[in-house]
Amino acid sequence: MMLVGILLSACVSFDAKTTPPPSIDPGVDPNSWVLVPAGEFLMGLHNHETSVAYDYEIMTTDVTNAQYASYLNEALTSKSIKIVADEIVGYYPGDEFRGHEHEEEIKAGDWLHVPLDDPGLRLILEDGKFSPRPGYENHPMTLVTWFGAKAYCELYKWRLPNEIEWEKAARGTDGRPYPWGERIKPNSANYYSSHDIFEKITGKLGDTTPVGLYNGGNYEGYQTQNSPSPYGLFDMAGNVWQWTGDVYPDQHYRYMRGGSKDNYAYNLRAWTRNSAGPAFYSPGVGFRCLRDAEN
Amino acid sequence: MGALTARYNFLFRSTKGLILVAIALIALVTAIWGLISGPMAEFGVRDFVIRVFGMDIVEAEREGRIILLYHAIAMAVVAIEVYIITEMMAMKKHQQTNINAIITFGYIFSLVFGLLFGYFGHNFIFHGLYLLGLSLMFFGGLQLAAALWPWKKEYYVNNPDYAHTRKGINLERVAFFIMAVATLGSAVFGAITGSYWGNGHETFLAEDLIREPSKTILQKSIIGHLHIMLTLIAIAITLIVGRWQDFKGRLHKIAMPMMIVGTIIISLGAWSVVLVDWAHTIIYGGSVLVMLAALFFVIFSWRQLIRKGLEKRGTAKAGFGQKIRALLDDPLKFGVGWQMVFMNFTVSGVGIFMAVKLDEIFRVWPAREERIVLTGHWHILSGIIATIILLYYADLAGLRGRARKIFGWSVIFFSNLAFAAVTIFSMKRLFVSESGQQSLVNWTMLLADLGLALVLVALAMLMIWRLADLFKGDGRWSHELDESGFDTPPQVEPVSAQEVTPSN
Repeated sequence: MMLVGILLSACVSFDAKTTPPPSIDPGVDPNSWVLVPAGEFLMGLHNHETSVAYDYEIMTTDVTNAQYASYLNEALTSKSIKIVADEIVGYYPGDEFRGHEHEEEIKAGDWLHVPLDDPGLRLILEDGKFSPRPGYENHPMTLVTWFGAKAYCELYKWRLPNEIEWEKAARGTDGRPYPWGERIKPNSANYYSSHDIFEKITGKLGDTTPVGLYNGGNYEGYQTQNSPSPYGLFDMAGNVWQWTGDVYPDQHYRYMRGGSKDNYAYNLRAWTRNSAGPAFYSPGVGFRCLRDAEN
Repeated sequence: MGALTARYNFLFRSTKGLILVAIALIALVTAIWGLISGPMAEFGVRDFVIRVFGMDIVEAEREGRIILLYHAIAMAVVAIEVYIITEMMAMKKHQQTNINAIITFGYIFSLVFGLLFGYFGHNFIFHGLYLLGLSLMFFGGLQLAAALWPWKKEYYVNNPDYAHTRKGINLERVAFFIMAVATLGSAVFGAITGSYWGNGHETFLAEDLIREPSKTILQKSIIGHLHIMLTLIAIAITLIVGRWQDFKGRLHKIAMPMMIVGTIIISLGAWSVVLVDWAHTIIYGGSVLVMLAALFFVIFSWRQLIRKGLEKRGTAKAGFGQKIRALLDDPLKFGVGWQMVFMNFTVSGVGIFMAVKLDEIFRVWPAREERIVLTGHWHILSGIIATIILLYYADLAGLRGRARKIFGWSVIFFSNLAFAAVTIFSMKRLFVSESGQQSLVNWTMLLADLGLALVLVALAMLMIWRLADLFKGDGRWSHELDESGFDTPPQVEPVSAQEVTPSN
């Protein structure tokens, strides 16, 4: 009876399609990049000294719905992706498969980038053109698979950061657990039950927040902590998990970093890993891109 | 002074007192540490508690702290089981005294100094004392195994109601003995890896490695250790409640050999995790035997409750409804069997479903979600073991009448509510797409928190009752001290287990 009751209650949920969120502009430019210099940093739970031999630039924020909508229109025109039924798909050349226990083969072929029939999607397709759902323009793009994230970066000759690059960008060189320092407070980032303005509307799981929201600004009475990483990146902890680019042998999993709006605070520590198959998508998973410093 | 000495003797020298102290310490740790996680963290209580107690919480050390907390609580639970075993199984009085004394020092050292080291700065003297506590527990365990040695003729039985060999070897005693030996072996399994700490071994939580395609031997060893230790704690409590309810007859004769063989197979399976990839298959084989043995106990227990309940009412021929009423008459005795049955829905069933559908469902989910199912599943098993201990202790503590019923049903109902809610929460992706989970999350989290909180309230009431009793000169504690025979001369002739009168 309890199960039935709970499941019935789940039918009454916040309708992201019809209820626009508060429109907030934190003033952080999603098209900006930051430079991460070459050198050593402390990586992982146990602070292993790890070296990155090159400078690189990484997006200041997650890729937003507006940016992704614009990309989709461009990619559809160039035919690097296509719409099949309710899915955006694109070609991937496949991974080396060695048949390790639990390893699944990722074959060459068309793979899912974005599901168009998921009620959580913040994009609108009208007259063959994509646009962001009103109010969600500057929220991180979600419900995007690893294939979809990779394709976005590669269209612009960028790539997904690997785990080492991502972690260095998030925590700098002093071994701090969170991008901004040692401790987390509810207004440091968007995480489970962090009482942000969107949680007041939707509940504890909350919603994505505009990229760069946690910059010390006050939004509709909600005071955020200024929480950039040592290099000036925003949302490297919380809001959405971020796909990383590594493809490891003996497994098909792709790894995500940063924690999301759905997780307890300890999942936001910079070394915490999450993983899923490359065709996985979620309202709590997004990405950002990396490019060579010469650019 | 005499009053204090008498209470000291009750609390630290009588079985009921020792169990009370251990439960009270666990309750205290649960109360304080419960305030720095879960809903209390969300309410902002965590920061307040950390500040008030002067805790030193470093984010990077969460894994290590949790491991210390697990060990602190687990040692107290093991101590409770040992106290019960030394009381209910025939052994020399001096053996019981030695074992209890060593175990008491052991668990208190590991609990107090483990938590001091983990949460109040890192004074390595405390770490050393924590290890001393664990070592004492191990030493006490060795003595327990020696005391349980079943091949002594004085422990042979010939009562046809109980499982025994043709020679008269008491198979229930063998089951206890095997459980004790397997626990010692499994503790070594963890201790060896622990000895490499800082020397090739780094702290980790097993749930964080689930998708690593290759694990080191030390990592596998820890994974085997934590699984088998919890399993053996569960096996021990199953044997204990069997003795409490005087498990006997045909089912006893089938169950005990299964329990013995099952315990051996599961332990060997868990130890073989470091050697072979198919260790799970061995573990499954042993689990089937152990779970069947537990099922036989439940069947026996419920049949007996119905029979005794009807006898009490003077009903010769009873319908279904009357039988159910008789079964539910005593929630403490009914509850231990019910919790074992309920475990199949929230632990075993989930585990089997997960194993069968691992690649098809659970490995499609993100790792953090698979992790929630795994951690939920073994926290529920720990919770079920804890509730069974509480139900048993409430009987031991002399809870009678309406209070017995309220306590028993509260523990059963609210723990079931919490565990069911946690199970649904952890499996939510099976029922609702991720975009529509908010309501389900809200409800399941609320019910889980509510259920656990109310079980803790029931426990708090029990503890307050016993605490208040300690202030009475002629309280229940003084009678329990008298019953314990603390001042009587050492027992020379051991009593056969089957001659011990089970409580009513």
